[in-house]
Amino acid sequence: MAGAFEPILTAGIGRMALERIEVYESQGGYEALRKAVRQMTPQAVQKEVTDSNLRGRGGAGFPTGRKWSFLPDDGRPRYLVCNADESEPGTFKDRLLLERNPHLVIEGIMLAGYAIGAARAFVYLRGEFRQAYEVLQRALAEARRRSYVGDRVLGSDFSLEIVVHRGAGAYICGEETGLLSSLQGGRGEPRLKPPFPATAGLYGQPTVVNNVETLACVPSIVSRGARWFASIGSPKSPGPKIFSVSGRVRRPGNYELPLGTPLREILFEHAGGLEPGRRIKAVQPGGGSSAILTEAHLDVAMDFDSVAQAGSMLGSAGVIVLDDRDCIVEAAQVLAEFYAHESCGQCTPCREGLHWAARVLRRIVAGGGRPEDIEVLQSLPSRIAGRTICPLADAGVGFLSSSLKYFVDEYRAHVTLGRCVREAYVA
Amino acid sequence: MTPEWAQRRAVVDEILQRYPERRSAIMPLLHLAQESRGYVAREDIEAIAEILAMTPAQVESVASFYALYVRRPRGRHTLTVCSNLACVLGGARSLVEHLRQRLGVEPGETTDDGLFTLQVTGECLAACDQAPVLQVDGYYVHRASPDKVDRLLEALRRGVPMAELADRAALPHEAEGGAQGGARPETPAGPGKGARADGWRL
Ligand SMILES: Cc1cc2nc3c(=O)[nH]c(=O)nc-3n(C[C@H](O)[C@H](O)[C@H](O)COP(=O)(O)O)c2cc1C
Ligand code: SF4
Ligand code: FES
Repeated sequence: MAGAFEPILTAGIGRMALERIEVYESQGGYEALRKAVRQMTPQAVQKEVTDSNLRGRGGAGFPTGRKWSFLPDDGRPRYLVCNADESEPGTFKDRLLLERNPHLVIEGIMLAGYAIGAARAFVYLRGEFRQAYEVLQRALAEARRRSYVGDRVLGSDFSLEIVVHRGAGAYICGEETGLLSSLQGGRGEPRLKPPFPATAGLYGQPTVVNNVETLACVPSIVSRGARWFASIGSPKSPGPKIFSVSGRVRRPGNYELPLGTPLREILFEHAGGLEPGRRIKAVQPGGGSSAILTEAHLDVAMDFDSVAQAGSMLGSAGVIVLDDRDCIVEAAQVLAEFYAHESCGQCTPCREGLHWAARVLRRIVAGGGRPEDIEVLQSLPSRIAGRTICPLADAGVGFLSSSLKYFVDEYRAHVTLGRCVREAYVA
Repeated sequence: MTPEWAQRRAVVDEILQRYPERRSAIMPLLHLAQESRGYVAREDIEAIAEILAMTPAQVESVASFYALYVRRPRGRHTLTVCSNLACVLGGARSLVEHLRQRLGVEPGETTDDGLFTLQVTGECLAACDQAPVLQVDGYYVHRASPDKVDRLLEALRRGVPMAELADRAALPHEAEGGAQGGARPETPAGPGKGARADGWRL
């Protein structure tokens, strides 16, 4: 199966300068946009995306066509936002697309904007992505000159401007309501849903927020058809997916494969396996927010439903691998410190709970752990779950609670010995 | 309004017309201030407040939410080391230790000669396959070994601009040795796999 798969989103990256518009065009680039504005109604584009079964690549896997269909038809201006804030630990696929295949992202935005009738499109770009910003600005200027972006696209009645809005270092601005608040000029604080952005989004208007990779799937759906797309990978979550693999593998990197590719194949056939003599200890399949899996789960199909069934989530598909030399408590501490720092502070369980988790873990790692610390850590997730505005708080204890499930003895030994039982520490 | 801001009128107007509502311009205006001065000063806050018809306190409140807006001058170069999980696995802690010793400063501090500010961030810099990673003035330095970092510091001391070191013009588009079944868009990072796109060359 994998042998027959040809990369779609990353085809040509590393071999040609796709960020130059004439190179992108020579590969069939912007043909989907031409086809859409000349031969298809916006409804037809939307139907194609719905039928393709494309699901959001930003983390939640929500069906994209369905999301678009939620926009009320009441004459208010609609907005499209491309979520390019990529900050989920272990995830580096959107940056690859933005830096190395920017026209694919631009074409996807224009098609989505056409389908939903957007008045304006925004790219919320992570502030740290300096090179992606420069590449994207150049690509947009070229695309405007060739009438793919801006007024009367390719001579049609369709007009859409794309504005790049740079973030400034806040993980929480990846969450869509935090993002919208930030884009409106406020602090990036999330708000309760409903109302969803589809009805009350940017400036209170109907808004679609889609991830970079989600939008990058749209051109091939329009040019090659929904049926073709739906036939790739798992029936319930089809299509190509970029897996970002990092940690203890011999060839870390981005791998584009069909959704549903077994975790074992991703790690051992593509990412080169482990160093000789090492064993897998834990794998986060969906970024720093996801619960860990172990060696026992290596045959899980990497799609939204299968990974959820295995007790974790596909999330952003940032696959982080720990091997038998790594200290589980120290890894938990690194992640807990990050989430505690990124809490926006609106909800007490998140603000206090995550700092508490980080503090207790720091104490255990430093050798001052107390026996009751284990129970404290175990009780934390249930005291946070469901009591916060956004999912960051739950994300912040994803590694902790799952690792306590599989490695509680290691936590206990750490407390008793005052140090790690591993031969080497994380660092 | 300061003369600086008065002179920027055209740029400011261009930023304002990107957005249906004025207030959205606050982040690009803060970026503009920081890029020209190196940090956001009180007078920038006041100017932005005036442009957007907000109070300076409101602008301060927004600016303080975001880690990248700094309110004090920094060194000529800012070195930001990633200390999220994949980079810690890849040696980020010894990298920070090496930089502390070489620069003689703690994270958050600037060297006496005003050249370097050292920062350690918990935010993953989205280059985890290249761990350990740091950014220098926003440009990536991949697989930052002590030796590589020493050469980098030395070049920066000689006054070579980071943009040149980053060698962005030479993004690797050349064909790669060793096909990866078509699935892998990036150059392999493992030993013996040839030159990789590691962000900068000397
Ligand atoms: C804490 C948090 C951080 C998030 N960060 C990102 C992000 O960096 N990029 C992204 O596309 N989605 C992120 N999301 C998901 C977005 O809220 C949203 O679901 C997504 O952008 C929708 O796009 P999609 O339907 O195309 O997946 C995050 C969610 C949460 C709760
Ligand atoms: S859960 Fe945390 S990050 Fe989300 S809104 Fe509440 S305090 Fe902010
Ligand atoms: S963990 Fe350092 S770049 Fe992702």
